[in-house]
Amino acid sequence: MDDAIAVRDLVVDRGGRRVLDGISCRVPRGAVTGLLGPSGSGKTTFMRAVVGVQVVSGGTVTVLGQPAGTPALRHRVGYLTQAPSVYADLTVRENARYFAALYGRGRVEADRAISDVGLAEAAGQLVGTLSGGQRSRASLACALVGEPELVILDEPTVGQDPVLRADLWARFHAMAAAGTTLLVSSHVMDEAARCDQLLLIRQGRLIADDSPAAIRAAAGVDDLDEAFLRLIRAGEAASTSTDATAARETA
Amino acid sequence: MNARILAATTGRILRQLRHDRRTIALLVVVPAVLLTLVYFMYSDQPTPPGQPTTFDRIALVMLGIFPFVIMFLVTSIAMLRERTSGTLERLLTTPLGKLDLLFGYGIAFGLAAAVQAAVAAVVAYWIFDLDTAGSIGLVLGIAVLDAVLGVALGLLCSAFARTEFQAVQFLPVVVIPQLLLCGLFVARDQMAGWLQVLSDAFPLSYAIEALQEVGAHAEPTGRMWRDVAVVFGAVVLALVLAAATLRRRSG
Repeated sequence: MDDAIAVRDLVVDRGGRRVLDGISCRVPRGAVTGLLGPSGSGKTTFMRAVVGVQVVSGGTVTVLGQPAGTPALRHRVGYLTQAPSVYADLTVRENARYFAALYGRGRVEADRAISDVGLAEAAGQLVGTLSGGQRSRASLACALVGEPELVILDEPTVGQDPVLRADLWARFHAMAAAGTTLLVSSHVMDEAARCDQLLLIRQGRLIADDSPAAIRAAAGVDDLDEAFLRLIRAGEAASTSTDATAARETA
Repeated sequence: MNARILAATTGRILRQLRHDRRTIALLVVVPAVLLTLVYFMYSDQPTPPGQPTTFDRIALVMLGIFPFVIMFLVTSIAMLRERTSGTLERLLTTPLGKLDLLFGYGIAFGLAAAVQAAVAAVVAYWIFDLDTAGSIGLVLGIAVLDAVLGVALGLLCSAFARTEFQAVQFLPVVVIPQLLLCGLFVARDQMAGWLQVLSDAFPLSYAIEALQEVGAHAEPTGRMWRDVAVVFGAVVLALVLAAATLRRRSG
């Protein structure tokens, strides 16, 4: 059982709409896997299903060998929601210490998580007075503070300064090298190249599941953005031709 | 439930309160100001011989009603903020148990209510010469229990509100009928039968009766203990129902 996450035929409906339509994939342990796709493609819903807070209509999600949402997994999985979910009326340090306490960690881990996201100087500041980028880093610190085996990060680098973004990615790779599994979503294609493994979803379907190098090779281009465009076009062409075949057969 | 997580959660809620100085000032000062109003409203009213003065009768009941109403309001808004800010969903992905969160609110706001009730009692007893046959300690204990009742009902009601506007509307729905029928305006045994049935079903009626028992008897009476037990039971029931409305998985 080498995969951190194994998803089979996952189907999710929200508000009468099919948001995820039969997704099957695996996320390897000790690597950074990117979850790429445009806004509204189902990235957040997929992550919620992995964390175990999403009602699913079909399929299975296995996380660290157990069904997603199993109580024992709550000690082992860290989750960063897309909108920063920290207490605006507490300081960065108070937030980090509270989430540390929930995972049985102390002040040392809390301070380390704060400096890991580059907020050491703002540790005593109320979260409500921080900039948007700082606030989402405060939220990130709270997701990392429990030192989980699996970290699910929903768009952790949006709105961050380029230097900080590079630092955060270096941090993610250092964590992966130490054995942590990371699933990181983004809608920015230039971040795709930083991942070890990529999942591309569009309109609730999985379009690609491979390493960046393999995806480039398959599409025959160097630019990942262009490679994804070709994969999407190829997929559409294939489905139109099967539709056409089906139409011919019924006729 | 987990003692460490419960303590961390209680501490976190108190820390949020501590950063909000204006709320603390309002919590402490408003009941004292309202008691002053009541004192001067009734200062020229004649008292029938052998009866407690109108101020004594009303001020005693007010000492129980302030914490109940204020903590109901504060709690429903605080819990709604947990829901809308995304912190609730995040907390439910951590090792925190639902009861850790609910009892954390109960204890934290119960402590705040103890401070509030103590200040109000000092004003009532030492400035306005409130006279009760029973001890001030029992009055304070029942006042804090009333506050915890307000917290428990607030936690439960917040599950049925999606916005702050809706949450505030639960005050007239849940609190005002209990105030009207608790025996403060018309003695409970002088109300129409169906109103008495309603009054018997409302937990605040028992809380107020317990205070009136302390006002009339030097020693705690059996009826007072029964009333306290009923209020305590209502608190536990409301918290269990509130826990049942907290769902880790949503659509």
